[in-house]
Amino acid sequence: MSENLTPENEPRKPGTATPRLGKSSTRVIEHFVAPLEETPLAAVDKVDESGAPLSLWAEAWRNLRKQPLFIISAVLIVLVVVVAAFPQWFASVDPTSCTLDNSAEGPRSGHPMGFTLQGCDVYARMIHGTRASLMVGIFTTLGVLIIGGTMGALAGYYGGWLDSILARLGDIFFALPLILGAIVMMQLPAFRDNRSVWTVVAVLVVFGWPQIARITRGAVIENRNSDYVTAAKALGLSRFSALVKHVLPNSLAPIIVVASISLGTFIVAEATLSFLGLGLPQSIMSWGNDIAAAQPQVRNNPAVLLWPAVALSITVLSFIMLGDALRDALDPKARKR
Amino acid sequence: MRFARTYKALGVAAVLALSLSACGGGTDTGNGNGGGDTTKVITANSTEPGNGLLPANTNEVGGGRVMDLIFSGLVSYDAKGAIVNELAESIESTDSQNYTIKIKAGETFSDGSPITAKNFVDAWNFGAAAKNAQLNSYFFESIKGYDKVSAEGSTEDKMEGLKVVDDTTFTVALAQPESDFKLRLGYTAFYPLPESAYADPKAFGENPVGNGPYKLAADGWKHEVSITLVPNDKYKGPRAPKNGGVTFKIFSNFDAAYTDVKSDNLDILDQVPPSGLQNYKTDFEGRYVNQPYAGNATMTIPSYLPEFQGEAGLLRRQAISMAIDRQQIIDKIFYGNKKIAADFTSPVIDGYNANIPGAEVLKFDAAKAKETWAKAEAISPWPAGKVFTISSNIDGAGNKEYITAMANQISTNLGIKAELNPIPTFKEMRALVNSKKLTGASRAGWQADYPSLYNFLGPLYGTGAGSNDGDYSSAAFDAKLKEGLAATSVEDGNKIFNESQEILLKDLPVVPLWYQAVQGVWSNNVNTVPFGWNGVPLYNEVTAK
Amino acid sequence: MLMFTFRRILQLIPVFFGATLLVYFLVFVTPGDPIAALSGGKPMAPAVEAALRAQYNLDQPFWVQYGLYLKNLVTLNLGQTFSGQEVSAVIIRAFPVTARLAIMALIFEAFFGILFGVIAGLRKGKLFDSTVLVASLVVIAVPTFVLGFVLQLVIGVQLGWARPTVSGTAPWNELVLPALVLGLVSLAYVIRLTRASISENMNADYVRTATAKGLSRRRVVVVHILRNSLIPVITFLGADLGSLMGGAIVTEGIFNVPGIGNLVYQAVLKGESATVVAVVGLLVIVFVVANLAVDLLYAVLDPRIRYV
Repeated sequence: MSENLTPENEPRKPGTATPRLGKSSTRVIEHFVAPLEETPLAAVDKVDESGAPLSLWAEAWRNLRKQPLFIISAVLIVLVVVVAAFPQWFASVDPTSCTLDNSAEGPRSGHPMGFTLQGCDVYARMIHGTRASLMVGIFTTLGVLIIGGTMGALAGYYGGWLDSILARLGDIFFALPLILGAIVMMQLPAFRDNRSVWTVVAVLVVFGWPQIARITRGAVIENRNSDYVTAAKALGLSRFSALVKHVLPNSLAPIIVVASISLGTFIVAEATLSFLGLGLPQSIMSWGNDIAAAQPQVRNNPAVLLWPAVALSITVLSFIMLGDALRDALDPKARKR
Repeated sequence: MRFARTYKALGVAAVLALSLSACGGGTDTGNGNGGGDTTKVITANSTEPGNGLLPANTNEVGGGRVMDLIFSGLVSYDAKGAIVNELAESIESTDSQNYTIKIKAGETFSDGSPITAKNFVDAWNFGAAAKNAQLNSYFFESIKGYDKVSAEGSTEDKMEGLKVVDDTTFTVALAQPESDFKLRLGYTAFYPLPESAYADPKAFGENPVGNGPYKLAADGWKHEVSITLVPNDKYKGPRAPKNGGVTFKIFSNFDAAYTDVKSDNLDILDQVPPSGLQNYKTDFEGRYVNQPYAGNATMTIPSYLPEFQGEAGLLRRQAISMAIDRQQIIDKIFYGNKKIAADFTSPVIDGYNANIPGAEVLKFDAAKAKETWAKAEAISPWPAGKVFTISSNIDGAGNKEYITAMANQISTNLGIKAELNPIPTFKEMRALVNSKKLTGASRAGWQADYPSLYNFLGPLYGTGAGSNDGDYSSAAFDAKLKEGLAATSVEDGNKIFNESQEILLKDLPVVPLWYQAVQGVWSNNVNTVPFGWNGVPLYNEVTAK
Repeated sequence: MLMFTFRRILQLIPVFFGATLLVYFLVFVTPGDPIAALSGGKPMAPAVEAALRAQYNLDQPFWVQYGLYLKNLVTLNLGQTFSGQEVSAVIIRAFPVTARLAIMALIFEAFFGILFGVIAGLRKGKLFDSTVLVASLVVIAVPTFVLGFVLQLVIGVQLGWARPTVSGTAPWNELVLPALVLGLVSLAYVIRLTRASISENMNADYVRTATAKGLSRRRVVVVHILRNSLIPVITFLGADLGSLMGGAIVTEGIFNVPGIGNLVYQAVLKGESATVVAVVGLLVIVFVVANLAVDLLYAVLDPRIRYV
C-alpha cells in the first residue's frame, strides 16, 4: 500500500515578486506597519504554557460531565451496579424458594410481579439475576474490545501480511458455530466442574471478538491515511504512536456504537447458551435464563418474560446513552455546536 | 388340555379382530366420521427419517410412521394395540417356542411381485445379519441362530430358526419360549422385503417398494422437506386408505407445526409443543385429542451410586419417590396432560394392572418421605453438601421444566439440595449412561415398540439387558421374567409379568413418574383423527372434509 | 487492485484447510458417543455398533480420520451423514435456501438501517430518533426465539398477512417474514452505526463547504455525508452476511426453513463431523469473499484508500 499524499504544487520561493503586466504606475505605494511593541499580540495569543496540557481524554472528560445524557446514563448504570452488588437490599424474598403451589400466579402483596412457571418470585429473580447478567455483559464487552480492538487496529493500520493473518483468523472464528465452540470449551477441565459467569464470558469472548475486530479494522483503514496522521508522522511521531494517539481516538465512534449494543446481545447470548445447557449452572440466576425459560408461556403469562426483558432494556439503554455521550465528547467537531 | 384351550381362545380372538376390522376398513365411508372426500390428500407433520427406509434399519418415529404405512407385516395393531392379521393367515404355536406361520396367498408388493414366505424369511435374515449392520437387528435375538449371524465379523446370514416350508408357510424356532413373540410381529423390523431390495439396499431405502396401504409417490421423498405417499391399489388388508394420500411435511420445530395447523396449512399435528399445552383445547375446539399411549416417564437412580447402595440406598430411593408430588407437576407444568404412574408399564397395554401391591411407594407423602429419609440417614448419612442431581439431555423440548420442578420438590421435602444437571446433547447423555459415569439420577422413559408388558420390563430391568441404564440386577426378577416368557399364552404371561413388577416396586431401581399421553390437533380440512396405541395417528382412517 | 484480489482469493486455500482442521478437531473432542445416540436409547447389537463405527471411521485416531476426510475431499466427496445421505447433496439442497434468506435479511437491514439511521442522525434527539432508539432496545432485549414466535403468531396466524411457515421450495416471497426476523438484531446495529457516522460527519468541513457552495440539502446528505459515513456500516454488513447464514438456526426453526442453520445445529448435536466441516468450510468462503468485497468497497467510498 502506498501513501498517496505527495503535494502536486511546487512551493513558491519566498521574496520573489510577481512582475505586473499591463499599465504600470509610477506612484510609490507607501506601507505603514505598526510597530510590534505597541500591541502585545503575541502575549495575548500565546499558549499558556504554565498550565498542564489537556490530553484528548481529559478534554473529553471535561466535556462529558457537563452533558445531561451522560449524567442520566451514569445514574442508571450506578443504580444497576448497586443492584448487582447488593441484591438483598432490594428484594427480601428468596429467589430460589420456588414451589409449584405458586406456579404462574399473578402479582399479589409482597410479590409485585407475580410468579414464574416454577413458582419463583419474578421480582426477586429479576433483582438477583442482575449480577450475572451485568457481569456477562460488561466483561464480555471488555474482553472483545481488548482482543478484537487490538487485532483489528493492528490489522487495519499495518496492513500487509499481518492484516492477512489476523483477518483470516477472524474469518475462521466467525464461521465456527458458537454452539460447537461452546460445547467444546465447556468440557475443558478448567470449565467443566466450576462453571461460572467467567466460563460464559470466556466462550463469548473467544467467539465474539471478530466482529469488533472487523469494525475496528475498517475504521482504522478509513482514518490511517488522513491528513492529521500524516501531519503527526511528519512531526516525528512513530508509526505506532500515531496509531494510538491519533488514528484510534478518531476511529472510536463505530467501535463504541457496536460495543454498546453488543453488551445487550451478549446478555441475551448467555440466555441462548444457558438454554442449551452450555451457560450458567442452574443455581446462578440471570435475566437471559429467565427470558429463555419464560418463552413457552409467552402467550398466557407474558409478564414473566417482560420484566427481565425490561431490566435488560434499561441496562442496554443506559450503556447506549453512555456510548453516545462519550462519542460526542471525543469528537471535537461536535463540541463546537 | 390347557394348551388346547388357549390355542382356541387365541384363534377366536384373531378371527374376531379380523372380522371387526374388516367391517371398519372394508368400506370407504362407514366409519362414523360423517363421510368425507376420499380422494383428497391429507398433510401431517413428521421428522426427517434417521435412515433409509429399510424395515430393520428404521428405529425412530420419523421413519417408523412412514414404514408402517408403506409396509404391511404379518399383523398390525389396531387403535387399542390389539393385533390384527394383515398378511398372516395364522400364527400357531403349542409351546411358545416353535411357531408355524401361514400367510395369505395371492398378495403382492406394490410393484406386482408376489409375497411369499421367502420374502419374510429373507428379510428377517437380512435384518439380523451383522454384515448388514441394521439398527433393529436385536429384535431377532430370540430366533434360534441369531447369535451366529450377529457375531462381530460374521459373514453368515441365515438363521437356523427360520425355515421356508412352502410359498405360504414358514416356521420360526426360538432359542427359548417367548409368550409375547406374536405381539412383536407387527413391529417395523418384521416386515417382508421384495427380492429387488437386496441388490442395492441403500438405493432401495431411498425409494422403497412395499406392500402397505400406501406407497411412496414417484420422487416422493424430498429430504428435509416432505414425504409424499399415495394409495397402493395392490393392498388388500384391513387398513385400506380413506383418503387420496398422505403428505408428511418435515418439521424441526413443533411450534412451527402448531401455527401451521392453526392456520390450516397442515392437517394433522401429533404432538402439541410445550408452548401450546395450555391453549390447544381452546385453539382447536372439537379438533384435538388427549389420550394415553404406550409410553412412560421415569427417573433412573443407578445402582452403582455409592449413596444408593444397600438398605440405606433403598430407603433413599423410596423417600425420593414419595417426595415427588407427581400430580402437581402434571397439573402445573403439563396442564394436566399426563396420567400419574402406578406401575412400570402403561395403561394402554393389554394386561395392565393399576393396583399392583407395593405401589404406595409411588404416592406423594411428604411426611413419610422425610421420615424414610431420616431412617436412611441413621444407617449412613448423606455426604454433607452433596447435591442430588438429575441429569437430562436438554436438546429435546420440555424436559427441563419438569425436572426443575421435581428437583425443587425434592429439595423442599427432603431438605437436601437437588438440581437439574443439564447435558447439552443426547449423544453425551447416552455416553454417560453407557459408560456408567452418571453421578446422580437421570431422566428416563420408554416408548413401547410393540404393545406388550414384557417390552416395558425385559429390555429395561433384566440383568445385563440393553436398556438397563441403572445396572439393576435381581435374580428373583430375572426368574419371574423367564417364567412369564415361558407361559403358553399372552394372558398367563401378563399375570406373571405383573408379579415381577411387585419385585420392582420393592427394589425401586427407577422411580416411575407418569404415563405419557398424546396431544394431537387437526385442521378444519379433515374429520376427526383417530390415534393409535402408540400415539401415532391412524393416517389411513383420516378423511378429508 | 487485481493483484490484491487475486492474493486474497489465494488466501482462501490455507484458510479453508485451517478451518476444516479446526472444526474437525472440535467435533472430534465434543463429549459423547454419536453411535450410541443413533440407537435412540434402545439396545444395539455390538456387531452393528462396531460396523457403524468403522463406516464413519470413528474407530480411528484423529489424524487418520482427518486424513481420510481430506483424501475424500480431493475427489469432491464430502462424506456421508449418519442417515446415509451424501453431505454434498444435503448442502446443495440447503445452502441456496439459506443464501436467499440471508441476502434478503441483508437487503432489509441495509435499506431500512441506513434510511432510519440517516434520519435519526440528521434529527438527533428528536422524536424519530428516540422512537428508533426504543424500538432498537426491544429488538436487542427480546431474543429472536421470542420475537420470531410472537411475530409469527401475530402476522402469520392472527392477521394472516404471510404464511406462518415456509413451504418446501422456500420461494422468495415466503421468506419475507423470516428474513425480517433474522435481520432485526442487525438492523439495530446498522441504524446506530449509520446514525453515529452521520452525526459525526455532519460537522465536517467538506459538508460546510458543500452547503456553502449552494448544494441542495438532499445532495449534501446523499452524496457527501452518506458516502463518507458508510465505511463502518459496510464493514458491519459485510461481516454480517456470513453471520446471518450460520446464525439463522433459531429463525429457520421457527419458520421451518430447510436451510443450513438447522442442518449444522443438528449435526453439531449429533457429532456428525462431515456435515459440520462442510458447512463451516462453506461459511469461511462466504466470509472471506464478503470481506474482500467490503475491502474493495472501501476504496470506492474513500479514494484515499488504495490497494496494490
